[in-house]
Amino acid sequence: MKSLHLVVTTVTGLLLILGSLDMPDTGDPESPPATHVSPRYIESGLEETAVPNMVTAVLADYRAFDTLGEVTVIFTGALAVLLILRSGREEDDS
Amino acid sequence: MKPEQPDLIIRMVCRGLAPFIQLFGLYVIMHGHSSPGGGFQGGVILASSFILLAIAEGSETLRRRFSLAALTGCMSAGVLLYAGIGVVCLVLGANYLDYGVLPFSEPRSVGMLVIEIGVGITVMAAMLSIVRDLLTF
Repeated sequence: MKSLHLVVTTVTGLLLILGSLDMPDTGDPESPPATHVSPRYIESGLEETAVPNMVTAVLADYRAFDTLGEVTVIFTGALAVLLILRSGREEDDS
Repeated sequence: MKPEQPDLIIRMVCRGLAPFIQLFGLYVIMHGHSSPGGGFQGGVILASSFILLAIAEGSETLRRRFSLAALTGCMSAGVLLYAGIGVVCLVLGANYLDYGVLPFSEPRSVGMLVIEIGVGITVMAAMLSIVRDLLTF
């Protein structure tokens, strides 16, 4: 059984490495993300969002729904940590 | 076990530093849309000022000033503020989180500022609630 696990892990890892070989180089100007949405953000970000900070324009306006998910992750994570930390406690000092 | 009180100089210096750290944290949140920064960073800076006070004065101060109910309430309120702005945009007839319809002179900046404030409140309360339970002295 252990050797089966090893085989599955190795094959999956090799497949992932094989898949990553086709990824565009970092910073490649011809890669799909650099030719699809990035020019729009760079060229019309200021007039569309009226915000001079491009990072925030993408983070809080174009991808605001994504950031809402991030905040929810932090909220859920903090709640989980609280529940684990307080699970063995008797006193309730809420 | 009553812990030994920290040194007077340490306590006074931390008390003097904390307001400036808090002011900087608010600045980072408020200027998130025009300069580097934002809710995540500003919230952590705000929380760090309270953690500094807790380390200087003992964690009892932190536990007394910030009840668990208040912290979890702040965490939820931040997320609700964020999601609520989206719902307000929906009600005003635009897409979810499409700030262009808010009734302000610069609606997109205002919308971003509100969600940054929401993020800041959530992050600050999350950091504080974890530290509050982790501090053992």
